[in-house]
Amino acid sequence: MPANFVPPSGVEYIRVLPEIILAAVATLIMVLEPLTPAPRKRALGYLALAGFAGALAGAAAAGWRTGPAFSGMLEVDGFATFFRLLVILAGLLVTLVSFPYLRREEAESGEYYALLLYSVAGQTIMVSAADLIVLFIGLEISSIASYVLAGYMRREKLANEAAAKYFLLGSFATAFLLYGIALIYGATGTTRLNGIAQVLSDPRMAPAGILTGTAVALMLVGFAFKISAAPFQVWAPDVYQGAPSPVAAFLAAGPKAAAFAVLLRVFMTAFAPLTGRWLAIMWSLSLLTMIVGNFAALLQTNIKRLLAYSSIAHAGYVLVAVTAHSEEGVQAAMFYLTVYVFMNIGAFAVVAYFSRKGERYVEIEDLAGLGVRQPVLAALFAVILLSLIGVPPTAGFLGKFYIFQAAVKADLLWLTVLGLLNSAVAAYYYLRLIVIMYMKEPGDSLLELPGMAVSTRAALWTSAAAVVVLGLFPALIR
Amino acid sequence: MPQTIPLSWYLVLSAVLFALGAAGFVFRRNIITMFMSIELMLNAVNLTFIAFAYHLRQVDGQVFAFFVMVVAAAEAAVGLAIILTVFKNRATLQVDEIASMKN
Repeated sequence: MPANFVPPSGVEYIRVLPEIILAAVATLIMVLEPLTPAPRKRALGYLALAGFAGALAGAAAAGWRTGPAFSGMLEVDGFATFFRLLVILAGLLVTLVSFPYLRREEAESGEYYALLLYSVAGQTIMVSAADLIVLFIGLEISSIASYVLAGYMRREKLANEAAAKYFLLGSFATAFLLYGIALIYGATGTTRLNGIAQVLSDPRMAPAGILTGTAVALMLVGFAFKISAAPFQVWAPDVYQGAPSPVAAFLAAGPKAAAFAVLLRVFMTAFAPLTGRWLAIMWSLSLLTMIVGNFAALLQTNIKRLLAYSSIAHAGYVLVAVTAHSEEGVQAAMFYLTVYVFMNIGAFAVVAYFSRKGERYVEIEDLAGLGVRQPVLAALFAVILLSLIGVPPTAGFLGKFYIFQAAVKADLLWLTVLGLLNSAVAAYYYLRLIVIMYMKEPGDSLLELPGMAVSTRAALWTSAAAVVVLGLFPALIR
Repeated sequence: MPQTIPLSWYLVLSAVLFALGAAGFVFRRNIITMFMSIELMLNAVNLTFIAFAYHLRQVDGQVFAFFVMVVAAAEAAVGLAIILTVFKNRATLQVDEIASMKN
């Protein structure tokens, strides 16, 4: 042991409390899984739910004791606490949606819940990382667990395909991110985010421009894959379509929010001195992502694919906030990601419920007449869709408002105008869902529609309520 | 007089390896070969880390290379399992034949 080794203090363990709880409960579930008889697997799900609740409390406790942990490898600040709570909450809601889904598909097992917990643990590590090593480890914990989740229905051909595509393209992206990290390490001699910023902003130590430029570009490619920004979005529709609906909800919420958190942290701290060089790339990335997402969504007939393209488009809006590179932009991105997590999980909860065994009913036309047969459910879905469009007084409206306000203040007028035009295009495909739900005669798809399970109902009500409450009282999280 | 190989040689070599891996991923159509190409890219990154760590007289880069190896091993375990299930269901590993989802 080196002479200058300082063992971590008690408060540092409190700062990683959510990770400890998530990993411990996940491991406990793995141990209990073979001991649990098949009809009682649901108990492991309740355990996972308790784990997520405990982790929420842990993240709150860690948030009271902000500061660095483990020789500065982690930085538990307000930003980290915010995203920790967000990704844990996403995991909790997805678990609720998963209960009836797994029972219906006769696929209940402990490893599903354990993988969810591990993946969320990776995300909480990512969002509190202050060093590129920790960031990379967190990203991989999250990703590897999600690759398995995408292919959880291992006898389904589409699920296999989704998992294989997600795995191959995810690892490919990781290699780019890593190469970027290696080059920035070589250029600056450190992997600490604030250390990198220090070296880059000091003109006497300024490393070769070509080295830092390449590093930033490579890391941006890696992140762009993870947030499914165009032109690196091709995997997203296939993965969301092939993966089980609750997993698709999870993939579009947790890992995406966490990837945005690290993108914000890395580009706002470590690469802040190079802002002039990455701004133009970020500008075009956000515009391209909005256009590709919205226009491709217009052509979809599968609801899961439509939501996948909508998720790409929403990543584009958040990238507008990143391009604004201001304190206001960061806050707008945080607000939007929170709202997006709720809207997305709510929408996929409806799909998970409606699709029936084997996910037979996932075409848009299948929704015909839902408004008559299930008025409450349809109303909640409509609220979420209106928020996805950005209609006041929902939170989706305020989210877009804050983002474009930040963009205007950062003199991004063209991006604002083009972004607003894009959200007008988006209104078409969301409204089409509402029209089909309410104005069309019910077809075969509504025969034998069972009632919605309590837990899915809870997740859907929470999402819809959050969308409305945050729209009326945005100060709650700002 | 002892001669050491300059840093730039290592960097060029790893850049070439990385580009080969990326090209292999894009142009090969067999999943296993694509996966091997990714491993090549990761090892190119490791070479960069080691070269820089040696050049900077630091241990950080070497530690990072170890982490990359650990993660690559975990990825291989999961990846090969996924590839196996694909093969069981379809009896093929050609990516062109594993594309049943369309816009």
